[in-house]
Amino acid sequence: MALDEVKIGGLGASRRRVEDNRFIRGKGNYVDDVVLPGMLHMEILRSPLAHARIKSIDTSAAYAIPGVRMVMTGEMMAARNLAWMPTLSYDTQAVLATDKVRFQGQEVCAVIADDPYIARDGVEAIVVDYEPLPPIVNPTQAMADDAVLIRDDKVNQSNNVIFDWEVGDREGTDRAFAEADVVSEIDLHYPRSHPSPIEACGSIADYDRSTSKLTVYMTSQAPHIVRAAVSMVAEIPEHMIRIIAPDLGGGFGNKVPVYPGYVISILASILLEKPVKWIEDKTGNLISTGFGRDVYLKGKVAMRKDGKILGVRMDTVSDHGAFFSDAQPSKFKIGLIHSAFACYDIPTAYLTNRGVYTNKAPGGVAYRCSFRVTEAMFFQERMVQAAADDLGMDQAEFRRINLVKDDDFPKRTPFGFLTDSGQYEKCLQIGLDAIDYDTFQEQKAEAAKRGRLLGLGISTMTEPLGAGNSREYDILGIKMFDSAELRVHMTGKAILRTGAKTQGQGHETTWAQIVAHELGIPAEDIVVEEGDTDTAPFGMGTYASRSTPVAGAAVSMVSRKIRAKARKIAAHLLEVSDEDIEWELGRFYVRGAQDRGVTIQECAMAAYSNVPDGMEPGLENNAYYDPPNLTWPFACYISTVEIDPLTGVWDVIRMVAVDDCGVRINPMIVEGQIMGGLTEAYAMANMQFITFDEDGNCIGSNYMDYLLPTAWETPGFELHEVVTPCPHHPIGAKGIGECATVGGPAAFVNAVMDALKDIGVRNIDMPLLPDRVYEAIQTGQDVSGHPPVKNH
Amino acid sequence: MFPSRFRYEAPTSVEEAIALLGANDDAKVLAGGQSLIPMMKLRFASPALLVDINNIPDLGYHRADADGSFRIGALCRHADLEKSSVLAEHQPLLAAAAPLVADPIVRTRGTFVGSVCHADPQGDWAACMVALGGSIIAQGPNGKRAVEVKDFVSGPFTTVLDRDELAIEAVVPNAQGTRTGGYLKLERRVGDFATAAVAVALDMSGGVVKNAGIGLVGVGAQTINAEEAAQALIGTSLDEASVDKAAELAAAASSPRGDHRGSADYKRHIISTFVTRIIANVQRSEMQVA
Ligand SMILES: Cc1cc2nc3c(=O)[nH]c(=O)nc-3n(C[C@H](O)[C@H](O)[C@H](O)COP(=O)(O)OP(=O)(O)OC[C@H]3O[C@@H](n4cnc5c(N)ncnc54)[C@H](O)[C@@H]3O)c2cc1C
Repeated sequence: MALDEVKIGGLGASRRRVEDNRFIRGKGNYVDDVVLPGMLHMEILRSPLAHARIKSIDTSAAYAIPGVRMVMTGEMMAARNLAWMPTLSYDTQAVLATDKVRFQGQEVCAVIADDPYIARDGVEAIVVDYEPLPPIVNPTQAMADDAVLIRDDKVNQSNNVIFDWEVGDREGTDRAFAEADVVSEIDLHYPRSHPSPIEACGSIADYDRSTSKLTVYMTSQAPHIVRAAVSMVAEIPEHMIRIIAPDLGGGFGNKVPVYPGYVISILASILLEKPVKWIEDKTGNLISTGFGRDVYLKGKVAMRKDGKILGVRMDTVSDHGAFFSDAQPSKFKIGLIHSAFACYDIPTAYLTNRGVYTNKAPGGVAYRCSFRVTEAMFFQERMVQAAADDLGMDQAEFRRINLVKDDDFPKRTPFGFLTDSGQYEKCLQIGLDAIDYDTFQEQKAEAAKRGRLLGLGISTMTEPLGAGNSREYDILGIKMFDSAELRVHMTGKAILRTGAKTQGQGHETTWAQIVAHELGIPAEDIVVEEGDTDTAPFGMGTYASRSTPVAGAAVSMVSRKIRAKARKIAAHLLEVSDEDIEWELGRFYVRGAQDRGVTIQECAMAAYSNVPDGMEPGLENNAYYDPPNLTWPFACYISTVEIDPLTGVWDVIRMVAVDDCGVRINPMIVEGQIMGGLTEAYAMANMQFITFDEDGNCIGSNYMDYLLPTAWETPGFELHEVVTPCPHHPIGAKGIGECATVGGPAAFVNAVMDALKDIGVRNIDMPLLPDRVYEAIQTGQDVSGHPPVKNH
Repeated sequence: MFPSRFRYEAPTSVEEAIALLGANDDAKVLAGGQSLIPMMKLRFASPALLVDINNIPDLGYHRADADGSFRIGALCRHADLEKSSVLAEHQPLLAAAAPLVADPIVRTRGTFVGSVCHADPQGDWAACMVALGGSIIAQGPNGKRAVEVKDFVSGPFTTVLDRDELAIEAVVPNAQGTRTGGYLKLERRVGDFATAAVAVALDMSGGVVKNAGIGLVGVGAQTINAEEAAQALIGTSLDEASVDKAAELAAAASSPRGDHRGSADYKRHIISTFVTRIIANVQRSEMQVA
């Protein structure tokens, strides 16, 4: 009899996360838990100024402190050709500053000492003489005619523009606007945010001269890429580098790039021939590592009176900070921003993007996002709401008119992607029913009697996950496939390794479930290992919600290879030919004689003890999976809010989420991902941003200023599901890592704007801080978050 | 956390603590550590010696005394007050503020007296004490003295405590009639310091305000004692005109700075809104009681 799939922890089992057992007992093994004999400690001196020329650096007082072993400067790095490193966006980034500092928090020196206290004493003893330069803190300043040149290190750089990029059909779009009955326009800013994983970044570099091998423990979401990058930058042969990413305390995109701290610790270990540990503090993480967003939009929607969208135009400007080090592997300059409007049936669209340098931290990372998809969907849904309001049309009806219909798939999006499946209207309707859309106006009138303003906001979107097919993606020339290696032991237990790297997603739990689904081996009999480049197969790592779409598919495929071999063994054991063998979960049997069978475990034993003539013994294999397309989950988020007009404080009354992420491997983990994502979405809408004052000081350099929501203020979420399997993924999964962070913010913001539309307010920039909301209510005007915060 | 090097002593009596403070130039008292430790972590503070008072017995109390005063010992934690029924019975303003100070984790360690000594312009307790006309009892080598909290805080993060003095107790004077009042705090998130907050203390008798105090948080370089605003309430029955006047005067007494928490105008507006709201809440609950 076939096994009960849920009982063995296969697809659909809300199996408890196996990794939690060690985490909740404090037995996790993070980089900072690793202690090597003779290990030294490194601390970084960061620039207090946003823009300044370095006149001199005096390290003598630091060297005078007992226990300080070495002080590294930009000059020392330059002597080894390591003062600058290449970025994933084909720019260069300073490792330790040589000429100028270009953002507050930039790495200037590093002290290596016997313990971390002494290292910090050493940092305090360094004297740097700076000559201040005017700081540039936003694109308007960056693009001014008389703007000081930030990147005077680059030979061909004459201004602060990094690139201009366009996509779509300009003329077609112009025509659509000429023919439109109504044109809706809106200006938006998606403010800078930070992934801020609870564990900051860190590394322990351990160079062993006797073996010439470099081992680096590192907080990396993509250890295999790091190995390749380190090999190229430091000219160490790839087989002599071992990157180990142990347990990670969150990543959210922040741990994709290679940071100066890693590189400095590596050089320090080579020079001192001792392991060197660098553990970044939270402020260092917030002010210097990869941020998210910081994009401005001028958006326009061309419509017919009946609500049909004819065309869309998006002009965007992105603020990349001092170095163009966006961690994104697509072949497009600004990632997948042109995935905007993918869920709508729109004949034509055109988008421009200008990227600029500013004196802010570099590294636009995909913060829980597939490379600028969060900006795309936020802009899209804010434009859609403004358009519906400008037309005077019901916001749900407006979406219904324009959403792609179920039988339109496969469907080209306005900017050229190909979506393949979904039931958009059904999701929307489930959401509307759940939130009691039909009675909302009554609730609103009742609240008005209490002096409160009520609003309802909708966000519907499909986003591209699973970077990515080799046509559109590569990192430094490497294709974006992923891999899995499965070894079944003779007792039918197994070890699975992949090229992904879990950091909270629960791979150790869900990958085993995929194997259980494919092979009928109970999930608890499978160990999952990732993150050690010496043992795991090469893979591109975990970010952009790509692991289930890509590595998860590889897990399926490798399991199927194992099953194919096991089938031959089964035929041998049952003394029939291959064609007479049938499979049911966990067991092969003879067609027509179901009681004559062997279990997968019996096949495993035979693989090591009784293989047919001519067959290699053993039961292991690997698979590399290059996805044929991106996957396209759909989500509908609807929230209602209540505003206190005297303070501008707004509370979420309800948040309904309808997610269609295809087949759900572990429903509990899927729900956890959605709730976590909605929490982050709420944070962005309500409280979270990294801003800078006019001197370039980072406001948001600690958790008193950069706010992470806690359980107390996070609203409750009501989750609903629709399942439209992905047509090209082996188990029909689409990915759920980021839908809620991507689609969520617009639902909250749209709700507040819905409440204020009657007084003529169309936009308040995120975060919707109470003072901004209050100002909008008082003035009846939009409130932009654009000018820098004055802090004196 | 990697602070600068420091020495650590854990005396077991007030006298011993005072002697240690007197004998060392750069010593700091460690109470709940919820303000001092973060500052040491960031190396904003680098004291040479920490005098940890947590081993001194009998300082964790809070009680209503027979003379009507209310006393809070130097090791009484925020969480003790939050859970206290004695506090709720006698000091409605403090009871209203208790659950709004920091977050539950910080409240289990942080102390009331330590908060007043820290003199953070965004600290909640000092404003309550100013509104209530409360005092700090300081003990030094030559004995004890009482300093009213409005005079105790001499500037941002500074007090009039001498180097060798320990604050051993906070005292709230007895009520003239029935004590009521309330606390409202605008925070961006639980555990956040106030964007702006207002403490209103009212002693009522026969529907008339006998005594009043208003303390403001986060709207100046130190805790603000909005004395004129409070005066505008004394002798009234909290009629609308008087309340409006008080709200207006409280806003005028504030001198906020615009920052990422909000503009100066906004914070001033919050002050007047909160004064009005607290008094309206007081009146509503009186009506419910009556
Ligand atoms: C995350 C976080 C959020 C917070 N939010 C808030 C908030 O919203 N509102 C708020 O009011 N506070 C807040 N705080 C501060 C908290 O209330 C502290 O507990 C309080 O400010 C200091 O009390 P403590 O006992 O921890 O003092 P400590 O940190 O031990 O000491 C603080 C200072 O007072 C001195 N001191 C302490 N006790 C004495 C004494 N008996 N005699 C003489 N000097 C003394 C110390 O030497 C030190 O200079 C927050 C703290 C944190 C970490």
